[in-house]
Amino acid sequence: MTRAQKIEERFFKLLMILATYFILAILAVIIYSIFEKGIKSISWEMLTQVPQGGYYYGKGGGILNAILGSLALAFGATALAFIIGLPVALYLNVFLIRHKKVISIIRFLLDLVWGIPSIVYGAFGFSLMIFFGLQTSLLAGILTVTLFILPIMIRSMDEILCTVPIGLQEAAYSLGSNKSEIAFKIFTRQSVSGIITAVLLSFGRGIGDAAAVLFTAGYTDHLPNGLLEPVATLPLSIFFQLSSPVPEVQNRAYASALVLTLIILIVSLFSRGLGKRYHKTKINF
Amino acid sequence: MDQTTKIEIRDLNVFAGKTQILKNINIDIPKNKITVILGPSGCGKTTLLKCLNRLTDLYPELKVSGQIMIEDNNILEAREDIYKLRQQMGLLSQRPYPLPMTIYNNIAFALKLRGIRNRRETHKLVMHYLQQANLWDEIRTRLREPASRLSIGQQQRLCLARGLAVNPEIILADEPTSALDPISSQFIEETFGRLKNDYTIVLVTHILRQAKRIADNVVFMYLGEVIEQGSVEEVFGNPKMEKTKLYLGGTFN
Repeated sequence: MTRAQKIEERFFKLLMILATYFILAILAVIIYSIFEKGIKSISWEMLTQVPQGGYYYGKGGGILNAILGSLALAFGATALAFIIGLPVALYLNVFLIRHKKVISIIRFLLDLVWGIPSIVYGAFGFSLMIFFGLQTSLLAGILTVTLFILPIMIRSMDEILCTVPIGLQEAAYSLGSNKSEIAFKIFTRQSVSGIITAVLLSFGRGIGDAAAVLFTAGYTDHLPNGLLEPVATLPLSIFFQLSSPVPEVQNRAYASALVLTLIILIVSLFSRGLGKRYHKTKINF
Repeated sequence: MDQTTKIEIRDLNVFAGKTQILKNINIDIPKNKITVILGPSGCGKTTLLKCLNRLTDLYPELKVSGQIMIEDNNILEAREDIYKLRQQMGLLSQRPYPLPMTIYNNIAFALKLRGIRNRRETHKLVMHYLQQANLWDEIRTRLREPASRLSIGQQQRLCLARGLAVNPEIILADEPTSALDPISSQFIEETFGRLKNDYTIVLVTHILRQAKRIADNVVFMYLGEVIEQGSVEEVFGNPKMEKTKLYLGGTFN
């Protein structure tokens, strides 16, 4: 290496290191401040009770309504988006293999809707609700969040599925498999860990979003009570608690954020464990 | 020659966009022999092989015309039965592609496609095909392990066993030893030698010595054209075309 090359190498290495640690540091600060402020207010009461009258002005109670509401909403929407999204991603990669142009148009459209802010989905869901004469409800929230996370789900699965090597597809076709066998037995098995990551990503986006559920799922101090009743969600609960003039209640918002973070952590660990079980049969090329 | 023709290729042309990859190919592939398609890289050998079981369908840019007759069936015209048709041919590719499942299930998957679902029969046949591919003794205790844990040479023999498990009449092999060490290559070559009693084998290679060792018939291709074809003695012993002589003499490869 010449001297100039050495300097260049060092410069870019330093740049990458700085960028990496800079972003890690910011994340650490966010997580630290959530922990630091949240841990003081978190209590058994908060996790197991619904808000009592005057909760947002410092009276007792908890956020069980929002915890259960968010879980119901996010699991419902993720499951629904998975059921719709996986076939779409498989269709793109297996059945449309001879139609490259169609694939690229569909990918482009999905990327486009990925970028639409969630408040627009919320407004869209709301206008649909008015059209069908529905109230704010868990169902409306699930449907809206499903629409919102579908492009994320499909495109991240798609990115994984399109890495299945053509040689593996040829091997499976040459045995006489038809396309649906290739899709469900080869593509999905080879991509299990990536598919789980896609589901996880969508779940995280779904459970953390406030704008899509604002008009559609509504808010309530009661526990979730059926698909057609409104539900509380953690992001909105955080918003309402932060808007309170009482400092103690603001700290509860951080505790709620902590709960949200922990839910995502637990779901991540669980699904990564699940992914590892299937990872062994993946063929590495 | 008193040999029955298994595959008859007539006026086969393949275009990729405006480039012609295969030009007017006419080949007779005899039954129960090893036919070696020989030629330098990029001469269209692999494409020719992919035409035989219509894997060309996976590449929208390829336009195929002509006739490939396997016992009065024009492969290139068959529409509905392409999946059945492919089962007449086992494929062995340049590098092994085991399916993302256990060793046992790699074979069982192929058996299932052939309609065998009975557990005891599956058991028996998994063993049978692994033995045929010369792999059984090495892995008999590891059947429930993922296929990805096998060595490359073992993976290639697993793929051979899997190809045999759909009960084909023809074996297509695309430089099957190019990723393998010499011992694994020898295993594969020996296995082919045994298999030709029951199967028609089409092997693509650019290795002269391999062709000489195992071929009954040789087709020499260059830049998308068949230059010369005949028995191994004819082509290697007394090549008629200038290009064949040059290639056999090692002037270009």
